[in-house]
Amino acid sequence: MPSIVKVEDLRKTYDNGLEALKGVTLDIEEGEILALLGPNGAGKTTLISTICGITRPTSGRISVGGYDVQSEWRETRKLIGLVPQEINLEPFELVQNTLRFSRGLFGKPRNDALVDGVLKDLSLYERRGSRTSELSGGMRRRVLIAKALSHEPRVLFLDEPTAGVDVELRRDMWALAKRLREDGVTIILTTHYIEEAEAIADRVGVINSGELLLVEEKSALMQRLGRKEIRIKLTEPVEVIPDALAEYDLIRSKDGRSLIYAYKTTGERTGITRLLTAVQAAGLTLSDIQTRQSSLEEIFVRLVREEVA
Amino acid sequence: MNWYGIAAIWRFEMGRFFRSILQSIVSPVVSTALYFVVFGAAIGSRMPEIESVDYGAFIVPGLIMLTVLQQSVQNAGFGIYFPKFIGTIYEVLSAPISSLEIVIGYVGAAATKSMLIGLIILVTSLFFVDFSIIHPVLMLAFLVLTAVSFSLLGFILGIWARNFEQLNLVPLLVVTPLVFLGGSFYSVSMLPPFWQNVSLLNPVLYLVSGFRWSFFGTADVPIVASLAAIFVFAGICLGIVWWIFRTGFRLKS
Ligand SMILES: Nc1ncnc2c1ncn2[C@@H]1O[C@H](COP(=O)(O)OP(=O)(O)OP(=O)(O)O)[C@@H](O)[C@H]1O
Ligand SMILES: [Mg+2]
Repeated sequence: MPSIVKVEDLRKTYDNGLEALKGVTLDIEEGEILALLGPNGAGKTTLISTICGITRPTSGRISVGGYDVQSEWRETRKLIGLVPQEINLEPFELVQNTLRFSRGLFGKPRNDALVDGVLKDLSLYERRGSRTSELSGGMRRRVLIAKALSHEPRVLFLDEPTAGVDVELRRDMWALAKRLREDGVTIILTTHYIEEAEAIADRVGVINSGELLLVEEKSALMQRLGRKEIRIKLTEPVEVIPDALAEYDLIRSKDGRSLIYAYKTTGERTGITRLLTAVQAAGLTLSDIQTRQSSLEEIFVRLVREEVA
Repeated sequence: MNWYGIAAIWRFEMGRFFRSILQSIVSPVVSTALYFVVFGAAIGSRMPEIESVDYGAFIVPGLIMLTVLQQSVQNAGFGIYFPKFIGTIYEVLSAPISSLEIVIGYVGAAATKSMLIGLIILVTSLFFVDFSIIHPVLMLAFLVLTAVSFSLLGFILGIWARNFEQLNLVPLLVVTPLVFLGGSFYSVSMLPPFWQNVSLLNPVLYLVSGFRWSFFGTADVPIVASLAAIFVFAGICLGIVWWIFRTGFRLKS
């Protein structure tokens, strides 16, 4: 896949001296969904704003669709749709007018059929004649998305699109993101919800204190850093872990009814077969076995903690 | 050029005007009527003609200028300040639209509004006094130039202002006094020589004088000076706007 957004050694120091981006290099592939994870103040919004041209880079290069964002800004901006983190809407304006405004602003001729279609996609069609100030928070967020889609962007930036959005709506948005990807739209979203990245992203980037710690295929990331646990349930509780099982670093649950074994899925040999044999040899009877894969959230927390340490 | 973008801004801003159409039109009409009652009828009846123009008619150009200047500065200032204040400016800054196009959109809309109001006042005043305009084309040209250059000033103000007080302060403390002292309601030739010379430092004097010349053919300063003044003023404002966008002053970090 060719990359549609290229960020090279991007640095941003704000006027107050704060270094928000410390040399970020990132290639975003055409048609993918990339999730950017990172704690508050990591630099996610700064990165997005700089690509969109709202914030000026201190140094580094950015290109979108092969055009340079500084010298060929007209071309790059036509390709980009931005849904900001903050909900900013003209309060007294009608929903459909704000969409028409966005479309015109991006140099596109009026197209009511398209605008209506976008409104329907976001379940806003019924409210098209309402003032934006009369909408609920979740609806306003959808209006922001609709505004960005009304000028048919090829790259869509969603800065925390599901903050303050209920579960059902969140699932609707995920479905929308997947639909857009099928139409060939590249999506970059920032989020604090790991389950969101897990649900829709193709790749995941982790950013912390202005540095991009990693960008990886979601599945590869889960595999590389993912740990699995086996929980072995016993018919009879044990008081202590038998010495014969010492080498497996087992954890005994409080009630003594289960033993937990953690292993890396990437290891050549996981040691499961040997462990199970050893458990039997120690005279324990199994009643059940469960495995569990660590979530992106756990991976993410570990990465950030290692960074701090 | 992103013509659709310019049109979108212009239409959006005009929407603000038409949403409150009653207020937009009623308030200048009412205040014009009041000026005519107070200045034209009550005081004007005891005033001699000024340069062979009836006092009631004499104040019409000044009255239009007063309103056009105030409205231009206010509309343009608010037009750009408000999106900055509520944060919707992000969209304009991330759109494929150049600074020049943004200025044309916002300043164009503000100037359109104030010219509309100026023309409404002109029509209203016809109900109170009798007069004819001897240079109608020049009159319109003056109106356009004034509305545009003071909308530019308002635009600068809107970008500079950090809060609503600052936004309102300049029109109140600078623009209105300059208009009142700029011969809107009197001829500066009626002042003592010292104050006549001081008045010549007031840029608004040149506008009002030129505008009045387009009505009655009489002026405080030569018409060429009036034209020069307005072009210089517009040029300075354009220069500042250009600087704002080049440096991103209070727009981009
Ligand atoms: N305009 C600004 N001027 C100065 N510093 C800023 C500005 N905007 C952001 N910062 C600082 O830059 C850093 C990165 O901020 P940014 O908004 O990019 O973080 P973020 O990852 O989006 O955080 P969040 O998850 O809270 O949205 C923060 O330390 C923030 O305080
Ligand atoms: Mg952010």
